[in-house]
Amino acid sequence: MSITRRRFLGWMGAAGMGLTVGRPANAAGNKNFSGYPESIGVLHDMTRCIGCRKCEAACNEINKLPAPEQPFDDLSVLDNKRRTDATTYTVVNRYDGIQGADGPIYRKVQCNHCQEPACASACFVRAFNKTEKGAVTYDASVCVGCRYCMIACPFYVPAYEYNEPLEPRIMKCTLCYPRLMDGKLPGCVEICPKEALTFGKRDDLITIARERIRSFPEQYVQHIYGEHEMGGTNWLYVSGVPFSALGMREDLGVTPAPKLTSGALASVPVIAGLWPVLLTGIYAVSKRKDKIAAQERRQAVKAALTQASADAESKLSKALEQAELKHKRLLEVEVKKAVEEATANNEEENS
Amino acid sequence: MMSEEAIAGNKSLFTPFNLVAGIIVLMGVLLTILRFTGGLGAITNLSDNNPWGIWISFDLLCGVALAAGGYTTSAACYIFGLKKYHSAVRPAILTAFLGYALVVLALHYDVGRPWRLPYPIFVQQGTTSVLFEVGLCVFLYLTVLLIEYSPAALEWLGLKKVRNIVVKLTLVLTIFGVILSTMHQSSLGALFLIAPSKVHPLWYSTYLPVFFFVSSIFAGLSMVIFESTLSHHYFHDKMDDTHLKENRHVTFGFAKAACWVLGGYFVMKVFGISMDNNWHYLGTSYGLWFLVEILGFVALPCFLYAVAVREKNVRLIKWTALWTVLGIVVNRFNVSMIAFNWQLPSSERYFPHWMEIGVTVFLITVFIIAFRFIAKRMPIFYEHPEYRDTH
Repeated sequence: MSITRRRFLGWMGAAGMGLTVGRPANAAGNKNFSGYPESIGVLHDMTRCIGCRKCEAACNEINKLPAPEQPFDDLSVLDNKRRTDATTYTVVNRYDGIQGADGPIYRKVQCNHCQEPACASACFVRAFNKTEKGAVTYDASVCVGCRYCMIACPFYVPAYEYNEPLEPRIMKCTLCYPRLMDGKLPGCVEICPKEALTFGKRDDLITIARERIRSFPEQYVQHIYGEHEMGGTNWLYVSGVPFSALGMREDLGVTPAPKLTSGALASVPVIAGLWPVLLTGIYAVSKRKDKIAAQERRQAVKAALTQASADAESKLSKALEQAELKHKRLLEVEVKKAVEEATANNEEENS
Repeated sequence: MMSEEAIAGNKSLFTPFNLVAGIIVLMGVLLTILRFTGGLGAITNLSDNNPWGIWISFDLLCGVALAAGGYTTSAACYIFGLKKYHSAVRPAILTAFLGYALVVLALHYDVGRPWRLPYPIFVQQGTTSVLFEVGLCVFLYLTVLLIEYSPAALEWLGLKKVRNIVVKLTLVLTIFGVILSTMHQSSLGALFLIAPSKVHPLWYSTYLPVFFFVSSIFAGLSMVIFESTLSHHYFHDKMDDTHLKENRHVTFGFAKAACWVLGGYFVMKVFGISMDNNWHYLGTSYGLWFLVEILGFVALPCFLYAVAVREKNVRLIKWTALWTVLGIVVNRFNVSMIAFNWQLPSSERYFPHWMEIGVTVFLITVFIIAFRFIAKRMPIFYEHPEYRDTH
């Protein structure tokens, strides 16, 4: 057996400690993270988007993704609703016949780069990183391919290379992080011909969005999507029609993803601390109960034995007594008989 | 393995069991080749919207829940001091050990780069992830189960000294096992806490971890009863008098316990709906299915166990155990598959590919072959004559 006691105890310690240290989302803590202050983002004004798919083309080229089946200038692709997949970091969808809109509305889909990303919180090898710049990046060199990030993402963004047998990766928009570090704009923002995408600091983008809504209240819905959704995202959206009409969930709530599981994770130290004490206690109690029961049994047997032997003794002595008495009486009778006989004999002789 | 079995049984190699098992194993090998040459896309219906399928829903979630007999039985015997269940411990530990081993094996098919499975523990720890907790606990518990199971193998191999040392660790291992089980059974439910927008409100609850843990208790208890039914059928000749005599205690005791836990679980489920005020969902089609689950697979077995124990009806207990086990499968499927992505149109929902089911059937077959191999050779259903009364 290769498991020594020391190693085993080490594991026990590691199990307890590993789960209690280094956890940024602390349920009981008094810390509040509201995003990196200088982080950048993109504001997508859906009233300006014309669905030209130029952003898709630029993204494809910059990220060296495989060429699509249909070319990017083929707008018939927009007839179907699409989502991001293993070969596309961003897609544009068209929404027709929406009440209150003159024509079709277009929405660009890509990673929203959450301020507190669900994918990063869910990843058990920390393959995702929320950079101070604002981008959520992914490191394929540690990824196990468990796809829990895809379960966790409320926006259905991360995609997986399902047809890659040995080295599948998670695929998603990086906000062109390498370009940002070079001082360049994200590919999609740079190419957009209608300024539907505005690049800037997230705080500034919120101000810009508010300003647009305030200046043209009849043109916009009074909501900046992404300002608070799931704790806020670095991509922000303004729209002329309700977001739910564009396939955007409005019931996501404002709780950042890490907070959703921090409560459950906080139970780990409780279990690790309480169970050993409680279970050892139960063991001790049950063992003691057994011991006392055994003791009582022994005592009862002993008492019964003593009682029995005492009974037997008294019975014996009584029997002896009786026997003696009987013997005595018999003797007396015999003596009497003998005396009587003797007397009779004497009388006979005398007479 | 199978040829050895044939020799051990002194029979022909082509028994019906060997034939069926052989065909399934052959299919499994082919599917394995497909999986590792074509990727997940080649044999699964998984998609970007539905990244987890039955390999998670059944192999992982149900597998772990149904292997809970290990910690419940050993805790009952060694911690709570219910010595009359002693003969049930070894079969339960063996089931748990093989069950967990199979869960880990199944994950090798599901994750993209299986050789990196140790990464979250040894390379880079994502401690904010519930999956990290699951991974660490399952890894540690599998080790614990291996040690807990090892005395049977060591007795078989005649390694007396090592065996006696391991047996001394029983209590510590049992307590450690309960701690680890509490953590990972519950955190399998907690996995879904991060996706409130994707899981139907009737199944999404902040109590998910508690639901998963409590249901694992009656799952484990019922599985022990169900399995002993099968074992009595197939391994009766291996069982010693103690095992046969104690089996009645185990059946009734475990049925009673399962009945109580099911009752508590039912109350908690109702409490869960009240807490989130989800009553209005009960009228929908999902609501009906939810009612089927908690009335048909929780309240009903609870009632049936109670009746069966009162009337000393062993047959009914056995059928109820099977029903309860099915109920666990229904519940885990509901949370992870049926209620998951409930808002997506049906064209974007997941239904398993036959080859995914094939891999699962293959893994279950491997479990049965391994169980049979061990139960036929090692002291599982009987006490080794040289070690009688040394525990």
